[in-house]
Amino acid sequence: MLFRYLLILLILLPVKVFALIEVDITRGNLNPLPIAVSPLSIDENSKKNFKKILKKENLGVEISTIVENNLRQSGLFNPLNKNAFLQKPDIANLKPRFEDWNLIKAQALITGKVTFEDEKLRVEFRLWDVLAGKEMMALAFTTVPSNWRRVGHIITDKVYERLTGEDGYFDTRIIYVSEEGPKTNRIKKLAIMDQDGFNNKYLTLGNELVLTPRFSPTNQMVTYLSYFRNLPRVYLLDIETGLQEVVGDFPGMTFAPRFSPDGKKIIMSFAQDGNSDIYTMDLENRIVERISNHPSIDTSPSYSPDGKFITFNSDRSGYQQIYVMSSNGKNVKRISFGNGLYGTPVWSPRGDLIAFTKLHKGKFYIGVMRTDGTGERLLTENFYQEAPSWSPNGRVLIFYRETKTNSKGEGFSAKLWSIDLTGYNEKMVETETDASDPSWSSLLSE
Amino acid sequence: MDRSIVISFGLHILLIIITAMSLPFLAKKPIDLPPIVSVELIQIMEKTNIPFAPKAKKIIEKVKEKEKKLVSEQAPPKMVKKEKQDAIPLPDEKIEKIEKIKEEKQNPEKVETEIKQVSEFEKKELFDTNSIAALIDKSKVESAENNKKLDKITQNQDKTIDLGGLSLSEEDALKAQIFGCWSIPLGLPYNENLLVRIKLQLKPDGSIIKSEILDHARMNKPGQGFYKVLAESALRAIKLCQPLRVPRTGYERWKELQLNFDAREMLEG
Repeated sequence: MLFRYLLILLILLPVKVFALIEVDITRGNLNPLPIAVSPLSIDENSKKNFKKILKKENLGVEISTIVENNLRQSGLFNPLNKNAFLQKPDIANLKPRFEDWNLIKAQALITGKVTFEDEKLRVEFRLWDVLAGKEMMALAFTTVPSNWRRVGHIITDKVYERLTGEDGYFDTRIIYVSEEGPKTNRIKKLAIMDQDGFNNKYLTLGNELVLTPRFSPTNQMVTYLSYFRNLPRVYLLDIETGLQEVVGDFPGMTFAPRFSPDGKKIIMSFAQDGNSDIYTMDLENRIVERISNHPSIDTSPSYSPDGKFITFNSDRSGYQQIYVMSSNGKNVKRISFGNGLYGTPVWSPRGDLIAFTKLHKGKFYIGVMRTDGTGERLLTENFYQEAPSWSPNGRVLIFYRETKTNSKGEGFSAKLWSIDLTGYNEKMVETETDASDPSWSSLLSE
Repeated sequence: MDRSIVISFGLHILLIIITAMSLPFLAKKPIDLPPIVSVELIQIMEKTNIPFAPKAKKIIEKVKEKEKKLVSEQAPPKMVKKEKQDAIPLPDEKIEKIEKIKEEKQNPEKVETEIKQVSEFEKKELFDTNSIAALIDKSKVESAENNKKLDKITQNQDKTIDLGGLSLSEEDALKAQIFGCWSIPLGLPYNENLLVRIKLQLKPDGSIIKSEILDHARMNKPGQGFYKVLAESALRAIKLCQPLRVPRTGYERWKELQLNFDAREMLEG
C-alpha cells in the first residue's frame, strides 16, 4: 500500500527533465605533448659494471637521453628540461608524485630502472599519465649490454605507439650513399646507420660507383645498383654477413631496383632497344618479366604495400608524370596533373599516400598525394632535392638535398634531411660525410 | 340683429363639426392590446450567483497579477533606450551587439531580457530608425515578447531554465578553452571513426565530478587501439582544462554535459 502511495506521489511530483547538452570539439592543438623523461635509475653495482664494459658513466642517463632526443626529433613531443624535475629517478620509478610532475606541466612521464643481471643489461620502464595519475604501460627488456642504444630506441617506439596511436620508427636503420671528394671525382660508398645517425658503418670500399640502395622487407638484404667497368649491375648484399651477389647485368641504362613487398622479386627499369620499361626479376629462378610496354620512358617503379599495384613515372603524356598500374602492368592510370615534372614516386607503407619529387620553375619539391592523385601537398622546396623514402610508419620522409657551400654559390654539399607529413618538422640528419639516396628500413624489432 | 346672431351661431356650429370630423383620433380604430399575462416576481439570486471555482479563481488571479507585473515592467525600458542611442555603431560595436543580443535571447534568466519588454510606442520608435542596431533591437524586443508569451502560458516554469542548451557565446567559450587543451594524437588513421563521446558531471564551478567515455567498449576491441589513444587524449584535455568555463548561472541546465571530440577535421587538414 505504501508502495502505491509512493508511486502515485512520484508520478504526481513535477519532474524537470533537461536534454543533455552536447558540445562538439572539432579542433585541438598540434603542439608537441609535454613529456618528462626521468633518467633511468641505476644501482651503484650495475653502474660500475656498465662503466667497465661500455665506458659509460651512467647508463641510465644515457638511455633516457636517447629516448628524449628521439621524442624531440619526432616533433610530436616536447621533452621537459631535466633540471626542473623535483623527484629523484629511483623514487619516481616506484611511485611518482604526480603533483610534482603536474607542476612542471608534464602530461606524460617516463621512468625506469637499469640493472646488470647475469652479464646482461636489463631495462624496465614505465609510462605514466600524469593528469590521470595512472600507469599507462610497463615493460622490461633484457639484452647484451652492447645493445643499449637499441633499447633506448625500442622504449621510444613503445612510448610513441602508446601516445600517438601509430607504430614508431626509432628502432630502424638508414642505408645511404656516402659521398666524398670533388663533384667530378666523387667517391661513393654504401653506408648504414641508426636512424639517429649513430653506429655508422660503410658496406663498400668506394672502388665502384654505387647508387639507389634499398632494403628488403626483412631488413636483412639490400639491393643496389653499381657500375662495374661502366656497366650497370644490380647487386644483393647481406648486411649481416657482408656477402654480395650479382643479380644480373642489364643492358643500357638501369635504374632504381627495389624489392617487392614479399621480398621475392626485384622491380626496376632498364632500357632495351632504346626503350626504357619496367621489369621484375624473380629472385629464386632469375626470370625477368616485362611489366610495362610503351614507347615512352618508364622508370622509378614502386610497389604498393599489398603488392597489387605499382606506381612509376613516365613521359608518355609528353611530360614526366606519375602513373599507377596493376602489378601485371594493366590498367595504367595517370595520377599527377599539376604543373611541372613529377618523378621518383614511392608508395607509403601505410598505403594511403605516394611521395614524389617535383620540378617546377627551376625548384625541386618533395610532396605527397593520395594514390588516386588527389590531395597533392608539397612539403618542402629547395634548390635541389630528391629521392624521398618513407619511415616504416608512413609519417616521415627522408630525402637528400644539395646546397651551395658558400654564399657565392661555389661548391656544393649533399646531406640527408627528414620531414614529417605536417611539413613543419624538417630536420637535417647528421652523417659523417656527404650523403645521398637514403632508404629507411622497417622496424628492426618487429 | 337676430338674423345675424342665428347666422353666426350656425356658422360656428358648422366650424365645430368640420373641425371635429377632421381630427385623426376620432377616425382611428381602438388599439388592439395583447391579453394581459400575469407575472410572478421571484428571487433567483441565490441560484445564479455561484462562487468561482478554486482552480479558475487562481488562474484568473495569476493572470491578473501577471498583467500587473507586465505593466510595471514596461515602465522603465532603460536598457533599450541606451542601446538606441548607439544608432550608428562602428563595425566592431555591431559585432559586439549581435553577440550580446544572442546571449540575451537565449538567457531568459537574465534581468536584461525582462527589461526589454518595451511598450508598443517604443517598439514603433525602434522601427523608425534606419540603423542596423535598431533592427537588431527590434528582433530582441520581439524575441523577448515571445518569451513573455511563453511565460504566460507556463506560469509554473522556472524562468531561469532554458531547455535549448548553452548559448552560442557560452558554447564558444567552452570550446575555445578545450581547443587549447586538446593535443590531438597525430598518428591516428584518417579513414576511421575518430569520434569520442565523453559525458561529464560538473560542479557549479566547472570542475569535474565524473567523466565517462560513452563508447568505452570500443577501447578494447581488436584493431581499435587508436581509439584508446584518442579517448585518453580527450580525457587529458578535460583534466588539463578544468575547471571548465561554464556559465555562471543555470547549473541545473549544464551540470551534465556531453563533449564530442572529433579529430577528423584536424587530421584531414
